[in-house]
Amino acid sequence: MTGHRLPSGGRIDRARPLSFRFAGRRYQGFAGDTLASALIANDALLVGRSFKYHRPRGIYAAGAEEPNALVQLGAGAYSEPNARATQVELYDGLTADAVNAWPSLEWDLGALTGLVSGLFVAGFYYKTFMWPRAFWNRVYEPAIRRMAGLGKAPREADPDLYDKVHVHADVLVAGSGPAGLAAALAAARAGADVLIADEQAELGGSLLAARGTLDAWLRATLDELRGMPNVRLLPRTTVFGYYDHNYLCLLERRTDHLGPAAPAGLSRQRLWHVRARQVVLATGAHERPLVFAGNDRPGVMLAGAVSTYINRYAAVPGKRAVVFANNDGAYRTALDLAEAGAQVLAVVDPRESSPGDLPAQVRARGIEILNGQAVAAATGGKRLEAVSIGPLGGGAARGVACDLLAVSGGWSPVVHLFSQSQGKLRWDEAKSCFVPGTAAQAQRSVGAANGTFALGAALAEGLNAGAEAAKDVGFGGWRAPEPPIVDDPKEAPPHPLWQVPGAEGRGKSFVDFQNDVTASDLRLAAREGFESVEHLKRYTTTGMATDQGKTSNVNALAILSDATGRAIPATGTTTFRAPYTPVTYGAMAGRDRGDRLDPIRVTPIHSWHVARGAAFEDVGQWKRPWYYPQGGEDMHAAVRREAKAVRTSLGVLDASTLGKIDVRGPDAAEFLDRVYTNGFRKLGVGRCRYGLMCRDDGMVFDDGVTTRLADDHFFMTTTTGGAARVLEWLEEWLQTEWPHMKVYLTSVTEQWATVSFAGPRAGDVLRELAPAVAVDEESFPFLSMREGVVAGLLARIFRISFTGEPSYEVNVPSHHGLALWEAVMAAGEKHGITPYGTEAMHVLRAEKGFIIVGQETDGTVTPLDLGMDWIVSKQKDFLGKRSFARPDTSRADRKQLVGLLPADPAEVLPEGAQLVWDAAESPVRMVGHVTSSYWSPNLGRGFALALVKGGRDHHGKTILAPLAGKTVAARIVAPNFLDEGGKPLHG
Amino acid sequence: MQRFSIVSLARNALTGHKDWPRYWRSPKPKAAYDAVIVGGGGHGLATAYYLAKEHGVRNVAVLEKGWLGGGNTGRNTTIVRSNYLWDESAHLYEHSLKLFEGLSQDLNYNVMPSQRGVLNLAHNLGDVREGIRRVNANRLNGVDAEWLTPAQVKAFCPIVSISPSMRYPVMGATLQRRAGVARHDAVAWGFARAADALGVDIIQNCEVMGFDIRQGRVHGLRTTQGEIATTKVGIVAAGHNSVLCDMAGVRLPIQSHPLQALVSEPIKPIHPCVVMSNAVHVYVSQSDKGELVMGAGIDSFNSYAQRGSFPVIEHQMAAVLELFPIFSRLRMMRTWGGIVDVCPDASPIIGRLPVEGLYLNGGWGTGGFKATPGSGHVFAHTIAQEAPHPLAAPFAFERFTSGALIDEHGAAAVAH
Repeated sequence: MTGHRLPSGGRIDRARPLSFRFAGRRYQGFAGDTLASALIANDALLVGRSFKYHRPRGIYAAGAEEPNALVQLGAGAYSEPNARATQVELYDGLTADAVNAWPSLEWDLGALTGLVSGLFVAGFYYKTFMWPRAFWNRVYEPAIRRMAGLGKAPREADPDLYDKVHVHADVLVAGSGPAGLAAALAAARAGADVLIADEQAELGGSLLAARGTLDAWLRATLDELRGMPNVRLLPRTTVFGYYDHNYLCLLERRTDHLGPAAPAGLSRQRLWHVRARQVVLATGAHERPLVFAGNDRPGVMLAGAVSTYINRYAAVPGKRAVVFANNDGAYRTALDLAEAGAQVLAVVDPRESSPGDLPAQVRARGIEILNGQAVAAATGGKRLEAVSIGPLGGGAARGVACDLLAVSGGWSPVVHLFSQSQGKLRWDEAKSCFVPGTAAQAQRSVGAANGTFALGAALAEGLNAGAEAAKDVGFGGWRAPEPPIVDDPKEAPPHPLWQVPGAEGRGKSFVDFQNDVTASDLRLAAREGFESVEHLKRYTTTGMATDQGKTSNVNALAILSDATGRAIPATGTTTFRAPYTPVTYGAMAGRDRGDRLDPIRVTPIHSWHVARGAAFEDVGQWKRPWYYPQGGEDMHAAVRREAKAVRTSLGVLDASTLGKIDVRGPDAAEFLDRVYTNGFRKLGVGRCRYGLMCRDDGMVFDDGVTTRLADDHFFMTTTTGGAARVLEWLEEWLQTEWPHMKVYLTSVTEQWATVSFAGPRAGDVLRELAPAVAVDEESFPFLSMREGVVAGLLARIFRISFTGEPSYEVNVPSHHGLALWEAVMAAGEKHGITPYGTEAMHVLRAEKGFIIVGQETDGTVTPLDLGMDWIVSKQKDFLGKRSFARPDTSRADRKQLVGLLPADPAEVLPEGAQLVWDAAESPVRMVGHVTSSYWSPNLGRGFALALVKGGRDHHGKTILAPLAGKTVAARIVAPNFLDEGGKPLHG
Repeated sequence: MQRFSIVSLARNALTGHKDWPRYWRSPKPKAAYDAVIVGGGGHGLATAYYLAKEHGVRNVAVLEKGWLGGGNTGRNTTIVRSNYLWDESAHLYEHSLKLFEGLSQDLNYNVMPSQRGVLNLAHNLGDVREGIRRVNANRLNGVDAEWLTPAQVKAFCPIVSISPSMRYPVMGATLQRRAGVARHDAVAWGFARAADALGVDIIQNCEVMGFDIRQGRVHGLRTTQGEIATTKVGIVAAGHNSVLCDMAGVRLPIQSHPLQALVSEPIKPIHPCVVMSNAVHVYVSQSDKGELVMGAGIDSFNSYAQRGSFPVIEHQMAAVLELFPIFSRLRMMRTWGGIVDVCPDASPIIGRLPVEGLYLNGGWGTGGFKATPGSGHVFAHTIAQEAPHPLAAPFAFERFTSGALIDEHGAAAVAH
């Protein structure tokens, strides 16, 4: 043995040496190493500092259950906090640092908290830091925050890409150990479409860490699976969540193992959404620590992990080793250590005897077995120095100097996914562990995940489960393949030892390593009344660290059960929640970033607006031209010019974003009568009507113009932002309340482009573009629709107005939208046609007193509040009508829509200003607020719309808007600033 | 009750912390109580505490189906703020925020009220209008509120993106500096401990199976631990309020939905405040432990199961990364769900039900945690005095008949 790396064996590639840095030092490892195995091979066991006490911590496990070895991986934009060194594949040039240590891993000032650790018991922070009161925010909390947390977030945006995959599978197998591979093989041979995922780089699970067993079978099985077209193998892929209806989520890591050498453009990780008809859970088991004083010293490791490092990575974690275990399986580690040339000083076994096959082999090698004894304490600082071994019942202990203690408290099946799937767990007394009980979904647990720890039995279980799963999805008639012959050793049952007696007085006995929760913390919590396992978890934080209690939960539960005198199954478990291991945010967001966060909707005329330098406003998902600045104009100047043009000559607006719903069927008119406050049954074909919709509480919900195209056919328009809401609302009534009505709704928003031109010259333009359409008042009156040819395009022409000016809205099929727009621009040129945006439209409609739903309304405004009683039918019933009779809804002094003219004409009130009668009052009574406010180029002054309590009775009175720094007075007027002819009203 | 302090902590350290008393007893239910609170979450425990402390009603039981504080009290994102639009809401939530400010001292239990400031981001002109309106209303209601420009947002929270190239760029924000977060479990435990010390029986693992209602009056309840006689029952069962009220023959205008939340792995302090956004729907803060805590909208289906669907949190994660691009390489450590009871106007119901002696404190929807002390305080008054506390009066059940709704859905997205 050179150093801690064996000269041969293992699955590393000695031909490919890799250099890396950890905590400022350079090291060398090999391809096939994890960061943890490479550090062990370099005898650099100290990797981090604990969360609360900043105790030195070493590598403890070899996989996802690792509680200690969290590192800050990489640097700059690629930096990643809290990476588990046991799962980081080594690549050339890798750099990593310890977390939670300052100034360095070796000399961490935070460890000074250890001096007062007697105070820092579970929940201590709830009992103090309360005086003086102001100190919590200023002193205590900032200090606690600095001490807490582990790694650091990058300070730059993530340069990597992430993808998602959505697939179906007949059988999804989670885990590629012997049982998982057997299940996949059986299901695939039967013909099922199989997807098998494993979190590790190499498939094989526990077989990879075993010496020689089934190497040939593993190779043959993988070769066969790889060759089958109905099998997908997903290494480096963690099944992290199991949801309803056999819906599972997987995280695939595609480039993390390549480091900076990863090809550009390849997504870093992929999140798989899998809907599986059958699921096989072959997720293995986690070894449990033993709880004794100083059990967190670097050099104390799980026995199975020690074997893994030796057999898979040819890295030997120590030279003088003691094994401390309550089960036969860990005797393998003693054999592995001895085989690797380490000195095995003793196997300490609390059981009175160990008659199994493996202990016999250990004995045969001359290794001492200390039955009925336990390790009560481990000592050392940054590295284990000695252990104290004594009889379990008490008596003289002896110290044994060693640099490695391999511990095993038995195994806990990885039942996380089973439990997430709502399956019920069962406590298996003989095996001292929770195993899957009643399943809730179409799944089977196999192998160690099912508590079937013996290899031969696990293989048989996997093969059967695979064949059964295939049969359940229609691939019957196949018998499960014969399992390979395995000579499992005869094992004596484990004997639970949840906490070494007498250890408590000798130092901290950790249960949750990462969150620094000790056995005495758990007992304290139980004493204080935190007897529910969920309370225990929250009060002590046990199981709440990044490992989510993989090594600690069962031990904590057992200690709670001991402290409260209840059996373990009666104590219960905490809920297993997704994810099994933490999932990258970026992978969850996938490509839904930036412009893909929410679809961008643009009209067919958008490119023209962009070319004209329009500023855009987001309205729902739509980009709408807000205003079109010319020659250095600011928004105000542009809006003044645009609004003026519409009143004096001609303006044109892209109104394509308005929601459009095609309403058809024999009951269409009746249906509209029910959903609008006004009547539509008597509307003539070819006529248009403005309508208001209320929710059932009588509050205004949407508005728009609806046109009758035929007796049984209407064309409804909605607000731009409300289109989807309106369609859902209408469908809900049709489908759940009035299913007998024959009405069919189709969204046609994107089928039509709408060009609206308005102003005194609007008629001239239409005459020029549509010579065949009679445009005179009599043949084409206000609020009617004609079909005709406009600029050579078949069109629907609506004579409606949102500005108070004569205007036509011409609809053509979307793909002709731009052509129509350009034709209108050309025809309007001689009239100085001015494209205008939403802001000028707002000014123009406000001058006329027209509301905007969502601006003049906020879900608390009725049509009557808006002074729109003319649109509320007294005869028929409609949605919301009954609510108008409620006492509060029929109050006379509700907030009502009014106009406001600031006392100073130059003043433009801020929208959202609150209105009061008496600003000196305390507390001041707010009686309303400004809903819309603009400078009007047509009025030559500022003006506003507002909702004011009893406002219609207060026309002519002065109301106040208290703003930061000043109070603005305004006169209440009727909400219409234009006379009947559309001319500005003055005075 | 043994007082908690640095002194008692130090004294107990000397004896190995062996002598700390229980936080609360574990009593068997008595045959009769003056009042019974159904639901041992924060609101129910606060109600019992204030009943005992302020109204001398100490013969009180709190019945909890599971473990106390295990519902939405232990599942929320711990945000405390009072910057609500309508007078009624602002007064109620401000009352609660003020109680929060002195709660640790009142309960002799550190509930860690962290007044780090809450930003509500605006991403469109409608948001801006709504935000400014709310700031103006808050100020006149005595609630601290400021309007921030995007540059001021960046100065207050340097890690938030204000890039104009965002899908929905930040156009400003409201800021309430006194708002922040608190330790949710501690609120439940602190109220439970203090209520227990005043004589309140907190009975866990006790599920209500039915009510004894005769001639329109409640006389008691049937539970899994036997029958209990009482003439006053306060129902404070959050997501299951509708189930309980159904047992009493009262139909509520409430829908129950799953609401999910999640935390990241703990990292060193990076996020100085609370950021909430409606248009890019998510809210994010960082806990004292270093975890980024985030939540967003409800799962749209109705459910009583405490879990939601994954695509909902994927969507919320996309929103997080839009606002905080530097979080992309962090990892989600744990997700969970609670069941929220939502009223049509997104405001709670506090008051009497149409059965004499039956009271309801519910319908808090997605925002109940911040109201915990205030809600308990006004509800205790309402039960003890058999008349609504002035702050609770507008939230009476009758508003769904009168139409006097307190619609806090706020201005819907501007639609034009």
